[in-house]
Amino acid sequence: MVTIPKESWSGKIKEIAFGATDEEGGTRDRKLLLGGETTLPFLAFEGKVSRPAIGMEVIDHVGDDYPHIIIDEIGDVIKDPVAWARTCVEVYGADFICLKLLSTNPEEANVSAEDAASLVSTVLAQVKAPLIIQGSGDYDKDARVMELCGDAAKGERCLLARAEQDSYKSIAVAATANGHDVVAFSNIDVNIAKQLNIMLTEFGVPADHIVSDPLMAGIGFGMEYAYSAMERIKLAGLVGDKMLQSPMIADISVAWSAKEAYRVDAKLGDERERAIFWEVASALAALMAGANALILRHPKSVTITRKAVDELTG
Amino acid sequence: MPMTALDIFKLLAKKNCGECGVPTCLAFAMMLANKQTELTKCPYVSPEVVQQLESSASPPMRTVTVGDLEIGAETELFRHEKKFFNETAYAVVIGDDSDNESIVERAKKLDAMKYERIGIISGVDLIAVESKGDAQRFSEVVTLVKENSGLPFVLMSDDPQVVEAGLKVVSKAKPLIYAGNANNCAALAKLARQYACPLALYSDDVDELVSLSEIAKSEGADDIVLDLNLGAKPLRDALEWLTILRRLSVKKLFRPLGYPVMLNLDNGMDVETQAIRAAIGTLKYASLIIFGDLDAARLYPLTTLRTNIFTDPQALIQVNPGLYDIGKPNRNSPVIVTSNFSLTYFTVASDVEASKVPARLLVVDTEGLSVMTAFAADKFTPETIAQALKEYKVAEKVDHRKLIIPGMIAMLKMKLEELTGWDVIVGVKDSSALPKYLKELASE
Repeated sequence: MVTIPKESWSGKIKEIAFGATDEEGGTRDRKLLLGGETTLPFLAFEGKVSRPAIGMEVIDHVGDDYPHIIIDEIGDVIKDPVAWARTCVEVYGADFICLKLLSTNPEEANVSAEDAASLVSTVLAQVKAPLIIQGSGDYDKDARVMELCGDAAKGERCLLARAEQDSYKSIAVAATANGHDVVAFSNIDVNIAKQLNIMLTEFGVPADHIVSDPLMAGIGFGMEYAYSAMERIKLAGLVGDKMLQSPMIADISVAWSAKEAYRVDAKLGDERERAIFWEVASALAALMAGANALILRHPKSVTITRKAVDELTG
Repeated sequence: MPMTALDIFKLLAKKNCGECGVPTCLAFAMMLANKQTELTKCPYVSPEVVQQLESSASPPMRTVTVGDLEIGAETELFRHEKKFFNETAYAVVIGDDSDNESIVERAKKLDAMKYERIGIISGVDLIAVESKGDAQRFSEVVTLVKENSGLPFVLMSDDPQVVEAGLKVVSKAKPLIYAGNANNCAALAKLARQYACPLALYSDDVDELVSLSEIAKSEGADDIVLDLNLGAKPLRDALEWLTILRRLSVKKLFRPLGYPVMLNLDNGMDVETQAIRAAIGTLKYASLIIFGDLDAARLYPLTTLRTNIFTDPQALIQVNPGLYDIGKPNRNSPVIVTSNFSLTYFTVASDVEASKVPARLLVVDTEGLSVMTAFAADKFTPETIAQALKEYKVAEKVDHRKLIIPGMIAMLKMKLEELTGWDVIVGVKDSSALPKYLKELASE
């Protein structure tokens, strides 16, 4: 008889609550638990596994450069972030929404933090799934945007994104003051991921309020770096490194930065099918590397990836 | 327990004859301990010593050659620990019950399903000809496929007579025989030895697979590929068993399963389901995958994922330094400086492309480091940029004398202007701001 080799890890990935229902003093219709596993992804024969959450991206204003394959699928509601978010949850079955406030960027439309906060309030009022509130990446502006949006979403246990090594304090304050979680963003670097977790906890963010985003890259555009960084973080956490035990989130929307995924080219097959599978393949890579939550763009990618997750956790 | 080089050395002939290709027995012992060579290379080991060393001297997973492809030889569970060695091979089925015309068409089509991407050609690797039971028909179809494609073969049949009919046509091309099971294992193993071809073994049960592997080996079949029916099992079980089999071979050095593992997805699943399983199999431990069917829209992403995951993590991925055209730049188009770290290059090139402003990218030799790392390591300096400007004759290709540098290295501006006489413009800090920046620049 073959002896089945089982790993027994000393560490455990932290289980982070995302979204507050009325039980927790919020108004979300569900609370997601990210992480909590005691072994590598989906290896239920040797430990506790966790089901990854699948969320969808919603942008406050979709520009001309947004892929038409997605616009065509989602339709006119894409022009209205509230309707778009509602469609994602009610029609496409997204577990959560990642609302990206890109228009607040001073280099772009420079929408005010007040207006952004008002959009967040409307989304929270009309869409009951847990919400990630993501700034534009402009450090100074994000500080104000996170302050007001965090306040507007008080008690809903949102994920505020993204705290970075050089700018984590304002977002950490906005989160802790209002009971939110923080997305700690590191740029494909295990050491920075760890360092940032240390800085956030020292600054007063409770460890069970941190989700790591080690930056997933789409296939063909550095996926292997991101894959190995995530895998190394997961292994370090399982071995017992407490500062690398946060669940991980992977934003797969980057897969769409590969124009070859949907360039019209008969030799490469139907561009819609190709683009969707490009996103799905990137998502599967993130899952195999240990992602606990995914942010996807195309509704069909959500369906296919969810089916794979069902089969992997079934 | 694996033996150390010194343990192995004690058992060798100590002739230092060099016939194994290594100058001394000690060096040979060290290579054996590191699983970089095989004991059979030494002509002087006694059978007893062979027995003694076998478990520690051969690599944890055998290298199996199918056609001109090598599969297996893996030593790791995680690519960052060293690397994954041999890309998962993709085979697609042709049934011998189709009419000749469609067989020819399909063979030609599969042969042509390959794509060049950043200098690497990747696509369908093998054609799996599947028999419905008639030896003569199988032989005809294998001949037909051979005439219409250059791809190596998988010969799919349980019947030794049918397999032999195929082997007579293509044995020189080292097809994979698929598959030996509890009924035909010994007979197929004999054929595998006789025709010097690799043999796949199939069982739904791991213990039975172990006995098949022992039978095949005792019949002289050394090149084995394992099929635990994982292509048809629920995805969760498939991933678990792929992991278990890899651990058994590389961590436990369990000899009877020290072979590459395959997935057969030719069981009526739709193309999308097959592609999902193939993606997971490529990421996690499958060395060969047989598809019932596959289209370009799935294959192209799959081969891209495959290239990624089998990339050597030790080697920094670089693009060649030089002057690259994005779009169709003219003599007034902007020149943008960046590093030759491939990720940086891809990101910047894609953002420039998105701007729809034709431009030239001056890719400086930063030895594969990203902008900030290269700057910190003194590889991205006014001197290296000036050198690239000169080497790639940028001044001959544009009429202006303006150079856009990454915002993160704004501090190089003065020195670079002194050194080159060009106007240095400090660009954006983050590549994602390039489309807007370039559009504005173009409208000025």
